[in-house]
Amino acid sequence: MKESFRNADGYPVLMKMVSAIQENKVYLGDVDGLIGDGDHGMNMNKGFTIFGERIEGKQIAFSEGLSELGNVLLTEIGGSMGPIYGTIFIAMGDSLDGLETIDRESLAKALQDAESELFDIIDARVGDKTLVDTLSPAVESLSSSSSDFAASLKVFRKAAEDGMNSTKDLVAKYGRSSRLGERSRGVLDAGSVSCCIILQAMADGICSLLEVTE
Amino acid sequence: MQRILNNPDNIVDEMVDGFVSAHADIVERTANPRVIKSVEPVSGRVGIVTGGGSGHKPAFIGYLGKNMCDAVAVGEIFSSPTAVAFHDAFKAADGGKGVACLYGNYSGDNMNVRMAVKKAEKEGLEVRTVVANDDVASAPADQKEKRRGVAGEILMWKIAGAASAEGRDLDGVIAAAQKAIDSTRSIGIGLTPCTLPAVGHPNFEIKDGTMEVGIGHHGEPGIEVLPLESAADMAKRMCSLILGDIEIGEGDDVVVLVSGLGATPLMELYVLYGEVQKILSGKGIRIHDALVGNYFTSLEMMGVTLSIMKLDQDLAALYDKPCYSVGMRKR
Repeated sequence: MKESFRNADGYPVLMKMVSAIQENKVYLGDVDGLIGDGDHGMNMNKGFTIFGERIEGKQIAFSEGLSELGNVLLTEIGGSMGPIYGTIFIAMGDSLDGLETIDRESLAKALQDAESELFDIIDARVGDKTLVDTLSPAVESLSSSSSDFAASLKVFRKAAEDGMNSTKDLVAKYGRSSRLGERSRGVLDAGSVSCCIILQAMADGICSLLEVTE
Repeated sequence: MQRILNNPDNIVDEMVDGFVSAHADIVERTANPRVIKSVEPVSGRVGIVTGGGSGHKPAFIGYLGKNMCDAVAVGEIFSSPTAVAFHDAFKAADGGKGVACLYGNYSGDNMNVRMAVKKAEKEGLEVRTVVANDDVASAPADQKEKRRGVAGEILMWKIAGAASAEGRDLDGVIAAAQKAIDSTRSIGIGLTPCTLPAVGHPNFEIKDGTMEVGIGHHGEPGIEVLPLESAADMAKRMCSLILGDIEIGEGDDVVVLVSGLGATPLMELYVLYGEVQKILSGKGIRIHDALVGNYFTSLEMMGVTLSIMKLDQDLAALYDKPCYSVGMRKR
């Protein structure tokens, strides 16, 4: 197993993220429909599909692709999810820009930068039943890991999933589902689900690159 | 769901198409299909921009026009326009004297406007904002920054549009808009939920025989759910919530705006207005002007918002200036 991958080789990771959202379009809509307005799957699918079509077959570095994805989401999605995911991916792209290779430290740094940029525009924190409940523990696990890159990504995957599942017992404080108060308990937050899907697809894509021997 | 639709996913674009064709004497398209502008020239004065999710007709594009708004960013139903749409709206309303972006306090709008303003600044276009927070039910008075913007936004646009037409500079227009919204309070009562066409069923519930006091424009939770009251009692409740939040008393001049939420018959809005008028007159409050109709709706929600703006001499003069838009026309 390698300890880094070439930034220029990131294309399959990006496409894995796109197909993960496309495959989960209906599921995301269903989760959102329980306590939100049911358009999360449709909106995310729209943004990721436009991005996928734009980069298809192109030589695009991982950092460049993340910036482009962020820009597409900002331009096409609107609402709250456009700026939220747009900010996350643009910040990651900026952080990784210019790197020849990406290792655990640089990916962790990129995710930390994304989290801190996100916290500039939203007030939600861990425990508020939003995608932060997925993102923050995942970022923390990768930053604090002392294992090799591939093993760290496995822990990262698990942290994202545990974070997502934690939203089930929480009461929504932000977004439309906050209207339901106590009634929002018992259901996953749709943003935390899409965030988990994206982070896990990214981790899986990177793991595949680390397995390739040159 | 009994609605007039083609593909519900295209409803916003199709609505814009119909609107622009019907009102070509007032509005026109821009290069961005989600940015509509007034046909009035903006050169040499401050541009007035707003924007928000769709489903609130005639807000927001219905307030484009002479001495009103100059460009509007259009979002999906109940969903903020993109940062790019806001930015393009700023450019469409740029007459060389800066742009005032006057919008409602919602998390998505706040984020997208903030990004659009940043981008405009980098290009040397000065944009200042006023965030409407007239809904008294959405947060206590000591947390006004958390309050949402509702129908009172219309009065803010009216005042700012007049201030721009008078030739006030960006500081002056922003100050007038801020004073307008600071002098305005609103309260809503919801009687039925509403349904997003693409979803097909309401995503919240108001039981028959009850009313939700303080409901938001997208079904945000109110202060309390109570048994349905008479128009007189509703008016009393709404007036007391507003007058408990802003000092308005004997001899003060006000503008009263009663807006339906989409499905309430106009005749019932007039019944409510009649009761409001009695209460205000009884307190010696002078009604300078009254607006009654579907000014700021929430799809087909049944219910009403009451907004009251307290006037001083300057606000009264700006309010009285003629304007011409789809949603508001003043001689």
